Amino acid sequence: MSQHRVIVVGGGLAGLAAAARVAEAGLPVDLFSVVPVKRSHSVCAQGGINACNDVARQQGYSEYEHFDETIYGGDFLADQHPVLEMTNTAPRIIDLLDRMGVPFNRTHEGYRDLRLFGGSLFKRTHFAGATTGQQLIYALDEQVRRCESEGKVAKYEFWEFLRPVVREGRCVGIVAQDMRTMQVRAFRADAVVMATGGCGMVFGKSTNSVICTGAAAARCYRDGVWYANPEMIQVHPTAIPGADKLRLMSESARGEGGRVWVPRRPLDERAPRDIPESERFYFLEEKYPAYGNIVPRDIATREIFDICVNQGLGVNGGNQVYLDLTHKDPEVLSRKLGGILEIYEKFVGDDPRSTPMKIFPAVHYSMGGLWTQFTRGSYAPATPLPKHRSASPPPIDARPGQGMLPGAPNNMMTNVPGLYAFGEVNYAYHGANRLGANALLSCIFDGLFCGASVVNFIRNDAPAGNPAADLPPAEFDAGEKRERERMNALLGTVADGRPDEPATNPYAIGKELGDEMTAACTVVRTGPRLEQCLRRLGELGERFARVKLADAAAWSNQSFAYARAIGDMLVLAQAIARGALERRESRGAHYRTDFPDRDDATFMKATVARCDARGVTSVALDPIDASLIQPTARTYGKKDDRKDPGKAAPAAARA
Amino acid sequence: MAYAPPPSVPRRGAATPDRGVVFRIRRCDGPGKPSYWQEFEVAVPRNANVISCLQQIAANPVTAGGARTTPVVWDAGCLEEVCGACTMVINGRVRQSCSCLIDECAPREGDVVTLEPMGKFPVVRDLWVDRSRLFHGLARVRAWVPIDGTYDLGSGPREGPATQAERYVLSTCMSCGCCLEACPQFNLEPDEGRWETAFIGAHAISQARLFNEHPTGSQIKGERLDALMGPGGVSDCGNAQNCVKVCPKGIPLTESIAAVGRSVILHAIARFFRG
Ligand SMILES: Cc1cc2nc3c(=O)[nH]c(=O)nc-3n(C[C@H](O)[C@H](O)[C@H](O)COP(=O)(O)OP(=O)(O)OC[C@H]3O[C@@H](n4cnc5c(N)ncnc54)[C@H](O)[C@@H]3O)c2cc1C
Ligand code: SF4
Ligand code: SF4
Ligand code: FES
Repeated sequence: MSQHRVIVVGGGLAGLAAAARVAEAGLPVDLFSVVPVKRSHSVCAQGGINACNDVARQQGYSEYEHFDETIYGGDFLADQHPVLEMTNTAPRIIDLLDRMGVPFNRTHEGYRDLRLFGGSLFKRTHFAGATTGQQLIYALDEQVRRCESEGKVAKYEFWEFLRPVVREGRCVGIVAQDMRTMQVRAFRADAVVMATGGCGMVFGKSTNSVICTGAAAARCYRDGVWYANPEMIQVHPTAIPGADKLRLMSESARGEGGRVWVPRRPLDERAPRDIPESERFYFLEEKYPAYGNIVPRDIATREIFDICVNQGLGVNGGNQVYLDLTHKDPEVLSRKLGGILEIYEKFVGDDPRSTPMKIFPAVHYSMGGLWTQFTRGSYAPATPLPKHRSASPPPIDARPGQGMLPGAPNNMMTNVPGLYAFGEVNYAYHGANRLGANALLSCIFDGLFCGASVVNFIRNDAPAGNPAADLPPAEFDAGEKRERERMNALLGTVADGRPDEPATNPYAIGKELGDEMTAACTVVRTGPRLEQCLRRLGELGERFARVKLADAAAWSNQSFAYARAIGDMLVLAQAIARGALERRESRGAHYRTDFPDRDDATFMKATVARCDARGVTSVALDPIDASLIQPTARTYGKKDDRKDPGKAAPAAARA
Repeated sequence: MAYAPPPSVPRRGAATPDRGVVFRIRRCDGPGKPSYWQEFEVAVPRNANVISCLQQIAANPVTAGGARTTPVVWDAGCLEEVCGACTMVINGRVRQSCSCLIDECAPREGDVVTLEPMGKFPVVRDLWVDRSRLFHGLARVRAWVPIDGTYDLGSGPREGPATQAERYVLSTCMSCGCCLEACPQFNLEPDEGRWETAFIGAHAISQARLFNEHPTGSQIKGERLDALMGPGGVSDCGNAQNCVKVCPKGIPLTESIAAVGRSVILHAIARFFRG
């Protein structure tokens, strides 16, 4: 019998953690990535990674409170057991990263330093300067390089995943393409882990890397993998507007004391430093006295949007507000936030230590993703508990196995047996809104905890007596053939037209897709606008069917790869818009002006999108696991009586 | 090639209308193919960077002379100078194209921006080069902490803030290759068989220092120094100090080279007496 193998698609934090864990268990891993794994999007993460820690614990914080915060922050949409396991495991993950040599910031005494982050009243965010993601991915990259040099991992960098190979309902490999030689090839595997990250590029400009197209997830979706909560797209409150990218200004800027404000007088033209304290409107602090500037992202985003778009109070009348750090000691700022302040300085030209930054919200993260399953752990209260009172004793300890059953083969497996989804590409942990510094945690947790599930699936389940290497070639050959045909069809469009015609130019279609999705599917949504968006997507799809390339080269053809991805992103965009239209309530990041309230009776359920053979999305609502905590209103102690800023009357009407 | 120190960031005022900037790009259709120059004129908005101009060229690949051509190929990821992907030679200086603002590299009307692929790595196509050798260098010096495995074994060693600060800087190396492009001792080597003995370059020497200084990492310090003692190791460095001038992350590369150089000498002496 041939040896079993595992394919991991994606070498960000989730993929690298999975590769290390699976290789360590003795199964060889083939690791695919469109960029050298060290350059994956995870390098962009700035702020940090959350975990309960000794200091916070002695102040009354607990893993359980981290769990409670995450569920509450996600507006009660996440399945609860997996989140419990993740937050319980978090301190051990930090320890492991520490052993790998991650240079976490330190206190004078040499312990790991902590910072405050959105959605918590305790310091529970571990960080390495302002480039935490970079430092974490480097540590995992180094461990995987070690596995590689020991022959346990083979890397396929600059290889693009094109489709899963499914045989008799089970995933047995993938089809991928070498982006340099353009060779299309099927690879066999007994389990495939998708760890391909988010889909920011569907919105054109976002805080994401240019490789975060979502095309890999879309290709799985098109081939029958379900996609859950597509409408849950996080818009980060603070980004730096730019021509090519909306660069993130990390939440840590607020965690370290950054204050958000606008001049009280509209169109005030004075320089920020000339505006006296009494004429500044610190709107987050005034409305949310408890959390102030560190309210969760969706709330901060809507408040900033409201100030600029509805109240016309944006700085210089534009879509921008101040994020001010100038009251802090410049030296401390450099030490704790150096990396992100440099980004601002480099791309805008002002020094945030002396001039308040100008920022505006930008698409940032996808809470939704490929649908996944899990096996519940042992914790089973008779009835769901009320919201945890901050700093009160937790009802349970943090022993492993209470949230998810360790090693259960279906943990984070999609509806296709043998096909897993880890990291940002799944939908499992963040519900309707992700708390800052919880993503890095969920990625690494998936890789490590559910990596063990992959191993058990192979050893004890379908592949055990029937390795993929021994299967007949039919499905593999067919997959290769279909992808070659798709490639040749696209490359064949070059000869017969003028590619600079905007109607059929892939870049023009991509830009219009981004503009449309940003306008219809971000901060504020309405039914009619979403219906219009779906019609626009249909038109863009028709135009894409006639797309014309400018380059027929069969070597390193980037514009071809871009165009192919646009076709797949259109399918995913449809799922996002359809999910947003069908969810007739407001919850977390999803805010509908026509349905401004949360409706637990109907919608405390996951949107599950399925794609038919023609690429058309239909959605259904599936029950969630809410057996641990009772839902409560998510107010973050807001002071004023208006329910939500998006509902406010326009400035003119109130004046 | 002249390597000027990074210019200070000029102040920029309110938005002004787009201006035309000419990009002179050295192109190549693939390995073994000749390279050739093409010019493109791009309408550049304020605060634009090189990448946003390349995006414009990709969307509408017409040369300054009005001829249709193929889109220029380049490598990019984060667009915020943290992944290292988009490194190229701009106006003769190696740097990241995402953090290169047009107002800075072509401040005056009529200025030309010249883009070339890095010369020390084989070209894949146009501005995209194959930097596999750089990662091979990391494996050569075993740039990792040899932990016992990914299971729960408690926390790592305690560390003071000063040591952390020192390690953090070294650990921000994004494998961009600027230090290799600028180094007179590091040469193009397409033959993979010779990577083990060709000069490894400043980035990997600095990574060896990083891991030698970590308490667990130092357990295999000897193996790292063995790798850096032989041909292509630290003694091949001619001390030209170009590397440290071009490193976008301000990594003290010459300090690292000196530190590793000293360790290698001590290591060699110790080995001599051990026989
Ligand atoms: C600017 C920014 C700052 C952030 N800061 C924080 C923070 O402080 N704390 C926090 O917790 N989270 C943060 N996040 C979120 C977090 O960084 C991401 O959610 C996380 O890094 C995703 O990791 P991943 O492993 O799932 O995917 P990624 O790191 O995106 O990796 C995806 C991998 O898949 C590969 N891939 C993609 N498509 C294909 C394909 N078709 N074929 C082959 N390979 C493919 C890519 O090459 C890559 O290796 C931030 C996000 C952004 C954008
Ligand atoms: S100091 Fe050494 S490594 Fe740096 S550029 Fe000079 S020769 Fe190269
Ligand atoms: S040392 Fe500096 S120049 Fe060299 S690869 Fe690292 S970041 Fe780039
Ligand atoms: S694109 Fe990442 S460094 Fe420029």
